[in-house]
Amino acid sequence: MTTPAPGLPASGLNDVLGRTFPFPQRHFLSVVDLNPVQVTSLLDLADGFVALNRQTSKKLDLLKGRTLMNLFFENSTRTQSSFELAGKRLGADVVNMSPRASSISKGETLIDTAVTLNAMQPDLLVVRHSSSGAAALLAQKVTCSVINAGDGQHEHPTQALLDALSMRRAFGRIAGLRVAICGDVLHSRVARSNVGLLQMLGAEVRLVGPPTLMPADAERWGVEVHHDMRKGIAGADVVMMLRLQLERMDGVMAPSQREYFRFFGLDREKLAFAAPHARVMHPGPMNRGVEIDSDVADDLSVSLIQDQVEMGVAARMAILASLAARLDNHG
Amino acid sequence: MTARPTAFVNVRLVDPASGYDGPGALLVQHGRIAEVAQGRDLGTLGADVEVIDGRGHMLAPGLVDIRVKTGEPGAETKETLKSASLAAAAGGVTSIVVQPDTDPVIDEPSVVDFILRRARDIELVHVYPAGAATKGAKGQRMAEIGLMREAGCVYVTDADRPIVDSKVLRRVLAYARSFDTLVAHRPADPWLTAGAAATEGEFAGRLGLPSAPAIAEKIMLDRDLALVELTGARFLVDQVTTAGALESLQRGKARGLPVTATTSINHLSFNEIDIGDYRTFCKFDPPVRAESDRQAVIAALACGLIDIVVSAHAPAPAEDKRLPYDEAAPGGVGLQTLLPALLAFHHDDRIPLIDLIRTVTQRPADLLGLAAGRLAKGAPADLVLCDLDAPVVVDADKLLSKSKNSPFDGRRLQGQVRMTLVDGRVVYRAAG
Repeated sequence: MTTPAPGLPASGLNDVLGRTFPFPQRHFLSVVDLNPVQVTSLLDLADGFVALNRQTSKKLDLLKGRTLMNLFFENSTRTQSSFELAGKRLGADVVNMSPRASSISKGETLIDTAVTLNAMQPDLLVVRHSSSGAAALLAQKVTCSVINAGDGQHEHPTQALLDALSMRRAFGRIAGLRVAICGDVLHSRVARSNVGLLQMLGAEVRLVGPPTLMPADAERWGVEVHHDMRKGIAGADVVMMLRLQLERMDGVMAPSQREYFRFFGLDREKLAFAAPHARVMHPGPMNRGVEIDSDVADDLSVSLIQDQVEMGVAARMAILASLAARLDNHG
Repeated sequence: MTARPTAFVNVRLVDPASGYDGPGALLVQHGRIAEVAQGRDLGTLGADVEVIDGRGHMLAPGLVDIRVKTGEPGAETKETLKSASLAAAAGGVTSIVVQPDTDPVIDEPSVVDFILRRARDIELVHVYPAGAATKGAKGQRMAEIGLMREAGCVYVTDADRPIVDSKVLRRVLAYARSFDTLVAHRPADPWLTAGAAATEGEFAGRLGLPSAPAIAEKIMLDRDLALVELTGARFLVDQVTTAGALESLQRGKARGLPVTATTSINHLSFNEIDIGDYRTFCKFDPPVRAESDRQAVIAALACGLIDIVVSAHAPAPAEDKRLPYDEAAPGGVGLQTLLPALLAFHHDDRIPLIDLIRTVTQRPADLLGLAAGRLAKGAPADLVLCDLDAPVVVDADKLLSKSKNSPFDGRRLQGQVRMTLVDGRVVYRAAG
């Protein structure tokens, strides 16, 4: 771990940085690569950054001189700006590449693109791609650290970390929480990363959704699978809703949006089956009235959705800082 | 053709056609097998005979691989008939049947003729074309099955593409029957498998790969077998890879249908776990299955329910393989690894050697009416001499195919081809 910059503005951040467990991996690709000690360490560090982010002066120089490259093959304003802010607040130079909008991707394979960008000597490469395994493939071909910002239907590990941070701050713990993940689990990388991370941290995970949106053999992931939402969220501490692709709702994976909302949309009536203190989460952006009722989404006494966005920046700062510290140590 | 006769002495003759597996010797003359000495010597040999001491290695009929893709015509950067022939010779494969899904598609007699002429010029192994069952292998209108048969195609198939329209397949089967032409068809339900890159299950689910359930194979096979029963056509099931489809196959065979089935060496050797961390070199079409399916396929091979093993040789250059898993081209090169990979079941005492060899020699040869596949006096001297026990570590870069996409790269196998003969000509001889 680097020695934190002197005169850090956030009280306690120095302590946290000093205590941080050295991050052993070069890349941040999958929650499978993590262990509970590393996760706890990342969460502690992120907590410190939350405090920093709430101050007027938010800037550190932990990543000074480093270049962070955002490489988003799929559009995502939210995740991309979250990484951009995280990088900038740590003092990195941030470049946003959108291969789709530029000429980079024309006829060029993912590896060619990666090699081209790698030649520009970035230190941290944040990648989102529509194919499962794309970030791992890219990591084999570049010399910088690769952060998976979503690969197809596989993983979105930074989302899982920010979700864990939001939960830990709301409940003070993660072990023993009953978390119901609801909706389109089949196509969701958020669900896969959350299942892995939450199980590692000792939460009880349930998956809820119609059979058409549930992966085959999901029971063998060590979770309970429910097709009746009321039963699925019964007693849940956290109800995590997933985003739906609306084009899948028109008789493809579900008969219609209104039928979906009737049986799997989260409203007050269904939420009443969860624990009395239950909190609601959603990775965003939401389809109001399809998977979640505005009444629930906007109620700050139950909704953690805004918190998740805030925690996103802090969690990503923690990841970037840890990876950069490893770069400092190992070149 | 070598003018001098060649005698192989001190060999282990393995001839499935006569059921003989034991010591012996064999004489080659004028491109044909002149004498087979089972359990004895050849007797006094003339002074002009070249004698090859087999050192107890296996001498078997050259392999007949009835499912091979090259890139010729149309994609010669992947593989040419020449490079595939070289790979075949090095793998002990003396006859190959090339698939029709080339560019242009082998769907009319002039393309059949082109392949045969090219193969004659190359003069390495026997190359037989399979013709497309439908024009352009598009599954809509029948191809010129009779004319292609006359020109020399050995069966018809649309290769990887199932014929979706049952009416079209029915007509192809009924029409092909009148020419006594074998029809091969891939059992894969096109709707269930659309867009899929893996077999549905816990593993593909975790990897987030688009997947199709294994029963997609059984569903299509059940339809196909019903149409075979309706038309009476000779039918080849192109790669059975699942336990479910094996049940259907067994029922079909029990009803006496004229059905033969293949499986690929890939599905005998790999399962879904081999995808590991998105290893695209283990991406095939059909995809690798669960271990329980692989075991069922091995058992079916052992009991003869599956008749033939193919390499499913499918060259793809690195740029088509080094892609995200769902975008990567399926298939692996296999001509050179077919025999040693198959021998694994002999070394593991799973299947007797002679039965294994039968699945890649006598059975495919008999199915297609080829003179090859047997150690019989008067038969063409298509032979492979193989050191059964020699260890080999597969090095994909050293394979002779133009494309190096071998799923066996780095695998430790046992069995090294020492020499391959086609019509008595030595087409491959191992160094050392």
